[in-house]
Parts: sequence; C-alpha cells; structure tokens
Amino acid sequence: MRLSVQDLTCVRGGRTVFEHLSFDAEPGKGVQLVGANGVGKSSLLRILAGFLPPAAGTFTLEGADEETPIGEFCHYVGHLNGVKRAFTVHENLAFWADFLGGGEVDEALDAFNLLDLRDIPAGLLSAGQARRLGLARLRLVERPLWLLDEPSVSLDEASRNILSATIEGHIAAGGLVIAATHLPLGVKFGQTLTLGAEGTS
Amino acid sequence: MHAFARLVARDVRLTLREGGAISTALGFYLVVVAILPLGLGPDLNLLSRIAPGVLWVSLLLAALLSVERIFHNDLEDGTLEVIALGPLPLELVAAAKSLAHWISIGIPLVIAAPILALLLNLPADAFWVLILTMLTGTPAISFLGAVGAALTLGLRRGGLLLALLVLPLYVPVLVFGVSAMNAVIVGPASFLSSYLILCALSLATVVLAPLAAAAALRLSLG
Amino acid sequence: MVEKPGFFGRLANPSIFLKLSGAVLPWLTGLTVVLMLVGLYLVFFVAPPDYQQGETVKIMYIHVPSAWLAMMGYAIVTVASIGSLIWRHPMADVAAKSALPIGACFTLLALITGSLWGKPMWGTYWVWDARLTSVLILFFLYLGLMALWQAVEEPSRAGRAAAILAIVGSVNLPIIKFSVDWWNTLHQPASITRLDAPAIHSSILIPLLVMAAAFTALFFVLHLTAMRAEVWRRRVQALRLTQVDAARAGEGARA
Repeated sequence: MRLSVQDLTCVRGGRTVFEHLSFDAEPGKGVQLVGANGVGKSSLLRILAGFLPPAAGTFTLEGADEETPIGEFCHYVGHLNGVKRAFTVHENLAFWADFLGGGEVDEALDAFNLLDLRDIPAGLLSAGQARRLGLARLRLVERPLWLLDEPSVSLDEASRNILSATIEGHIAAGGLVIAATHLPLGVKFGQTLTLGAEGTS
Repeated sequence: MHAFARLVARDVRLTLREGGAISTALGFYLVVVAILPLGLGPDLNLLSRIAPGVLWVSLLLAALLSVERIFHNDLEDGTLEVIALGPLPLELVAAAKSLAHWISIGIPLVIAAPILALLLNLPADAFWVLILTMLTGTPAISFLGAVGAALTLGLRRGGLLLALLVLPLYVPVLVFGVSAMNAVIVGPASFLSSYLILCALSLATVVLAPLAAAAALRLSLG
Repeated sequence: MVEKPGFFGRLANPSIFLKLSGAVLPWLTGLTVVLMLVGLYLVFFVAPPDYQQGETVKIMYIHVPSAWLAMMGYAIVTVASIGSLIWRHPMADVAAKSALPIGACFTLLALITGSLWGKPMWGTYWVWDARLTSVLILFFLYLGLMALWQAVEEPSRAGRAAAILAIVGSVNLPIIKFSVDWWNTLHQPASITRLDAPAIHSSILIPLLVMAAAFTALFFVLHLTAMRAEVWRRRVQALRLTQVDAARAGEGARA
C-alpha cells in the first residue's frame, strides 16, 4: 500500500495552517514529520485519519478498498491515550480487540511490557504505563497505516526502545508510518517531511 | 451488529462500574420530587392530581444531568477518536451510546418512579401507566439528549447550554407522557391516542436523532 | 504574502453580496418607511375599534405581523441552515446567524404584545393559550441557537453546529405545536373568544395586510443590514489574522 497526498490545504479558525502539501509515503520507508509548533503536524495527521476535512486537496491510499473510509485502515495515536480509567488494562485492550476486530490481547500486552499489570485498573497506571497501553493497540489490531502524534511522550528510554522496535518492525513488514516527533525516536525513517519551511514538500 | 452490541455493553458496564452517574441521577430525581411538596403544601389531593406532571418533569431534569456524559468522557480520554476509526459508522456509534444511556440511566429512573409516586399519593391504578409511558418515553429523552450532548461537546458551560438546547425539544414527549397518564387517572380523553402518539414520537426520535448526533460528532472530532 | 488564494476565495462571494445589498437597501428602506406610514395611518384613523375591546384591539396590528415574522424568521434560518450544511456556502451561515436575533426580537414582541392584549381580553397578562405557549417555545429555540453561536468560538464550526440544531428544531416545531394544541384542549375549555371565527371585514384586513407588509420589509432591511455587518466583521477578523501571521513570520525571520 502507498499513501499519496496531493495539494492538501488545511485551514483552521480562518487561518491557513499549510497549503499545497503533496507527498507520497512508500511502504517500507516511514515518514517523519518535523517542524515548529503550530505548523500543522497534528492537523495533517487528523486530516489523514478523517477527523478534519481538508480545505482543499485529496489523499488516497492505493490498494485499499475505495468504499471504506481511510480511517478504517489506520491507527491514530494522538495526544490522548484512548484508555478507560475504570477498566483494567486487559479489559481496555479486550474491548478494542472486539470493537476494532483484532487479535491476541496478551501478546500485545507482553510486547509493551504490561503483562504484569494485566488486571490493574488503568486509572492507577503511571503516565508512561498508560501511554504504553495506548500504544499497545498498534500491536493488537493489524492496520497498514499508522498515524502517530508524538508517540514517545512520557515514555522512559526502555519503553521508547520498545516503541522504536515496533515501528521499525511495522515498516520492515511493508507498513506505512507517519510520525510527528519532537524527540528523536531512534527509528530510521526513509523520508523526512519538514512542515512550515519554504517550499514545503 | 457485533461492534454495535459491544459498544452498548461497554458503555453500560462503564456506567455501572463508575456508579456515580446512576446514583447522582437517582438522588437528584428523589430530591426534586421530595422538595416539591415542601413548596406546594402537604395537601395529598393536590399532590396526587399533579403527580404525573411532577414525576415526568423531574425525570426529564434528572436524565438531563447525565446526558452530557454520553460523549464527554470518551472525548476527554481519547477513546472517541479510536471508536471513530472503528468499523461502526458514526450514526450507529451515536445510536449505541444513546441506547446504552437509556439502559443504564433511563431504566433505573423508570424503576425509581413508582417508589417516588408513593410520596405523591399517585392513585394505585395509575402505576402501570406510569411505568409503561415512562418506558416508552425515556428512549426519546436519551436519544434527543445525545444530539444536545454532541452539539455541546467540548464547550465551556456545555452542561447549561445543553439544558437550554434540549429542554424545548422535550416538550412533545412530556405532553403526551403526562396526558396518557391523566387519561387513565381523570379521563375523559382516551389513553390509547396519547400513548400511541408517544410511541410514534419515541420511534421517530430513535431513528432520526442519531443522524443529527453523528453530524455534530464529526464537528467535534475536527 | 497576503495574496493567499483561500483568503480571497472566501471574499469573492460576499463581495458580490455587499454590492447587491448596498444597491437594494436604500430602496427597501424607503419602501419600509412608506408602508409603515400608510399602515399606521390606516390603523389609527381608518380601522374601527372593536365593539367589545375598544381601542386595545389595535395591538393586533403589531401582534399579528410580529408573530408572522417570528415564524418566517425561523423558516429563513432553516433554509439557510440547509444551505450551509449541504453546499457549505459561506453566505448561508451569515444569513442564518444574522436572522437569529431579529427573529428572536419579533418573537419577543409577539409575546409582549400578546400578553398586553391578553390583559383587557382575558383579565390577566399571561394565559397558557396554545398559541402563546408555542410562540414561547419558539422563543426558547431562538435563544438556544443564539447561545450555541456564542459558545462555539470557531465560526465555521459554530455555523454547522447551529445549522444542525436549527434543522432538528424545524423538524420538531410542528410536533411541538401539535402537542401544545393537544395539551391546551385537554386543560382549557375552549371559551376564549378568538378573532378568526367570523370573516374579517376589509376595514380590518387591509390595515392588517399593509402592516404585515411593512413589518416584512422592515425584517429584510434589518436582516440585510445585519448580514452586511457580519460580512464586515469577518473581514476584520481575517485581516487581524493575517496581521498576526505576518508578525509571526517576521519573528521567525529575525530568529
């Protein structure tokens, strides 16, 4: 699969965030989004996930069923973890597995070092643990396109290494990753997209 | 349908597990019904005459208190974004969450109503109408409430605004719910004509409201 | 720097509107003044006082047109809302938003004149008459829409949220009217004398129609003026945003 973005323009609150953005994301390469605050990294990811309608331009996921919204082909990990505090760690992922149509909960927990916390209510987790639980969705449900918005926030070094390994594994398997990061992730991205610079592309 | 049922079950379980919403709604219902006689006087004849109206209006207010959380909690912790990326269209997401609200808040309120009716000396033969009309009318309250909740999602003072937006829309349900009860208690109008209109209102709301709620949810996710 | 196509694209349509409405407004204002003068003359010097109510019946010449505009205002809001949701036309948003306070004012006017009229007729300022009650609920719908516009900061989101609510409200409005009528016949013996029973004599009807025309023209004068003000307000906002952006770009260049 291959994501191709043409002439995308984003307007928020009457202000043009970016315009005429075009790029292709090839499988097995991975795209790193960089740029100062407010240049539209998050907005771009939200547009691709289908939350935000673009002011102009198109994007297509080649090889995907055109009837299905692109959102159903992607994982979106935003600033919020998507974790229910009243559910246990296991219940949280079990619901996503059921709802999103996914696989082995315990495997995903194990991959992010959460197996020991399996039956702990998610409300008791530390910020880093809750972040890992949010990221565990990536391993739980198979989806080709990953949209990651500052995925390494509140992770310690060991957890960041797990995340990097997961991302590299997905890229190596021919998946697409678009990640907005401030901090170096330690992942070899095939492509770096700088937003907000002259001649954006 | 699998994902739909899963979402309903999850929301009901969450509400039961968190508990606060149900007890707040029930407590509020009790307090409103109990405080009215203090303002109106202890005349049991008067109270039993106005009991249907009092029970219905207080139920509306009690349900309204919890309607805000249909989408609010899921927006705050980011689960709404993940749900939106699932296989279920947003219309059905809105319907599932409204249904879950009805099951977890609407039904407990309906169950509490006959107990509160004792405080107001509601005639004994009106108890079955009370339960029947409320069971029929409360889905409309949850589903219309979800539209208001989706429209005010993430706004400051969203809760107060929600009441202003939604209460006028509740007028038909209130009118026909109360008039079906009064038809049985005092007559002379027919119970069935009011009750059937209430059924129609509820059905139409259950079908149409999720469309509006989904359109509003798309705005909030943007 | 300023020539962003998005910016001017959005101005293109409102510019035509400003031009056209600017040409129409003076004529429409003149028409309103003439109609209002003729109407008021007819009301005060031609229309006969009622044999029961005396001169107070003349409240009707304000009350009925206000009630009519209350409903027309909501109809305009609904049509504009459909336009804004389906075609995303920026002027539809403007039309819906600016019609709200005007419609709400006429609704309030209908309520106040109705209750002033009710005092000599029914002996009390407020009667839970079916019409007054449904107009009161219409007033609440207006208030809700205006509150929603105020609560949402981003105009495009506010416009679409208000449009959704307006459409939900317009689907509900006939049902609310129907339920209030139902509720009223249950609770109130139908003894209140109404004007609509006998055929209205032309000495009443003609002044009423002229006043209705005058009020309708007044509505459109106010509506067009409010729409123009809203367009200007949005332009000012857009200019301020470009100013902020320019300042930010300057800071970036220095840094």
